[in-house]
Amino acid sequence: MPAPLDLLPPLLSGLLVTVEVTAGSAAVALVMAFAGGLGRLSRIGLVRVLAGSYVEIFRGTSALVQLFWVFFVLPFFGISVEPITAGILVLGLNIGAYGSEVVRGAIQAVPVEQRDAAVALNLSPARALWGIVLPQALPVMLPPAGNLLIELLKSTALVSLITLGDLTFAAQALRADTLRTPEIFSLVLLLYFAVALVLSRGMRRLERRLSVWRDAEAAG
Amino acid sequence: MRLDWNWEFTLAILPELARALRITVAATLVGAALALAFGLALALLRRSPIRGLGAGTGWVVEFVRNTPLLIQIYFLFYVLPRFGLSMTPFVTGVLALGVHYSAYTSEVYRAGIDSVPRGQWEAAAALNLPRARTFFRVILPQALPPVVPALGNYVVAMFKDTPLLSTITVMELLFTAKNLGAETFRYLEPFTLVGLLFLVVSLAAAGGIRMLERRMPAYGA
Amino acid sequence: MSEGAAVPLVRIRHLHKRFGAIEVLRGIDLDVPEGQVVSIIGPSGSGKSTLLRVLMTLERPDEGSVDIAGDALYPAAQNGHGRAGEAQARRVRRHIGMVFQQFNLFPHMTALQNVMEAPVHVLGLSGHEARQQASAYLARVGLGDKLQAYPRELSGGQKQRVAIARALAMRPRLMLFDEITSALDPELVGGILDLLGDLTTERGMTMLIVTHEMSFARSSSDRVLFFDRGLIVEDAEPAVMFTAPRHDRTREFLRSVLNP
Repeated sequence: MPAPLDLLPPLLSGLLVTVEVTAGSAAVALVMAFAGGLGRLSRIGLVRVLAGSYVEIFRGTSALVQLFWVFFVLPFFGISVEPITAGILVLGLNIGAYGSEVVRGAIQAVPVEQRDAAVALNLSPARALWGIVLPQALPVMLPPAGNLLIELLKSTALVSLITLGDLTFAAQALRADTLRTPEIFSLVLLLYFAVALVLSRGMRRLERRLSVWRDAEAAG
Repeated sequence: MRLDWNWEFTLAILPELARALRITVAATLVGAALALAFGLALALLRRSPIRGLGAGTGWVVEFVRNTPLLIQIYFLFYVLPRFGLSMTPFVTGVLALGVHYSAYTSEVYRAGIDSVPRGQWEAAAALNLPRARTFFRVILPQALPPVVPALGNYVVAMFKDTPLLSTITVMELLFTAKNLGAETFRYLEPFTLVGLLFLVVSLAAAGGIRMLERRMPAYGA
Repeated sequence: MSEGAAVPLVRIRHLHKRFGAIEVLRGIDLDVPEGQVVSIIGPSGSGKSTLLRVLMTLERPDEGSVDIAGDALYPAAQNGHGRAGEAQARRVRRHIGMVFQQFNLFPHMTALQNVMEAPVHVLGLSGHEARQQASAYLARVGLGDKLQAYPRELSGGQKQRVAIARALAMRPRLMLFDEITSALDPELVGGILDLLGDLTTERGMTMLIVTHEMSFARSSSDRVLFFDRGLIVEDAEPAVMFTAPRHDRTREFLRSVLNP
């Protein structure tokens, strides 16, 4: 294979790990975003406080600090986690905290008149949330969620620092071997960019599918 | 679970962490200054009527925004010296932060500029004001105040990204905490303190930005 | 007005509602017997909509009581708060339906789904039964060919018809109409008023209709209430209200409205 493409094969296994970590963390983030967002809107004070603390703590501290804390400190408490588990959990919790605010904002953006209509029909609060409010909040959540997904992808590079063999880790290893630093990093940047483009496109398609019923103004 | 927090150790490492905090803050401030300046330049370039310059700048911005800061830091640190540009880790680090975040700030500036009503441009044209003057004396002063909170949030985000500079041996908070841990085998106190420091500063900064938001003038015309 | 022992469907006593410093309902006492069609007229801000919203439990009163079919909507014990208050409210609310000025259709559902939603999730109808019933109601309001349309594909008048069908599908004993033609283009108003008129004659439902349409109030209701500044100023049959009102304020209002 011609240079610089001959550098690709050793990087691809790293790319695979990157994609795995992204997917795993995204799943965790999705769950935590709804838990946090709905939690902050709960009528129960304790739930609101717990959700609020989760959001402030994970948003207010650096992802790398969180990763290192889990990787270096937890073992002293007898809890030893695999790098991949630590990576997926920490990044998921981190992005999930930002996601909570997106979920919360979108739910609050659904016009209050929709809730009035639900009350007038005597729908239960649970049904009003799941059947009426959330479906209308979902399309509003997608653009910012798309941005968070890209942020998540970028933050997976940090797991290379806790010895996980992702694309960044593979790049560093390859550098040590071949010393072709500029080519390697350029290739790596392009690979991340390519994945980001695929993710963005996917999110935009999803957004279009979920917005079939929407129009420019409120549909009354 | 053994929760044996050593208060003596905590007090002993505070001075060193304080020194590291100064580096962290310095990196944030210099990086922010660079990001705010580059970002404005990028936003202006995007609006350039010169063929290809606008679109080209757009692609560069997208590329920087969608690739990891860590790789960009490595790139500058390992590749620039090959072109004869040898700088200290601190300078390389803040340069990376500045460039990376300028991609975000340029979008913020663009949104602010776009939200200035068309009528302002038209009135300036009717008064025969030259384009540059229009831009700097009429448009920008109206575009900037509403976006200050968004810019502030990116500065806070940059602050939380300074730990990445530890990978190129900048002696900020995380680097220091890691070393302390390696030297003494006590990782609990250094890392927890660093975490708390970040939390306290970010919360304070976020609160400050919210207050700023409330006091921003809302122009009506 | 019927004599007799029957408990009025709606019994309101000493109802007060404040928004901040402004008292919007300043002591409403009202009895509405079952089956009566009541039009409510009055200037903007007089509290008419707020009264309907309190009846629909969209606003909580500061003082006073509301009984529907003898059941308290806001149990005095906790003033309607807490779990027990919620459960009570849900029980009594099933007798009440409301149609809004802004329609408030669920935009992510078709017309059919809008009308099916509550019968399925509140009344427990099966999907099949609900669909049949919903189709019938939509046909009744003239939208038999728009079952699969989304709200954004419908005109204002059509949306309001769906909203009416949606409320009727729950078979409430009391229907509240809050200025249902005010948000419509003028040429669509007549159609809705005709539909409303049909409902008053055929259903035996008790109806409270807040409206600016004076000719409708005059021709289609059993009773008219004139609201002004948070109080019911006059309460009479349409014939009396519109030809020989007793209060100056009523006369003033009618004059300004009928002779623009």
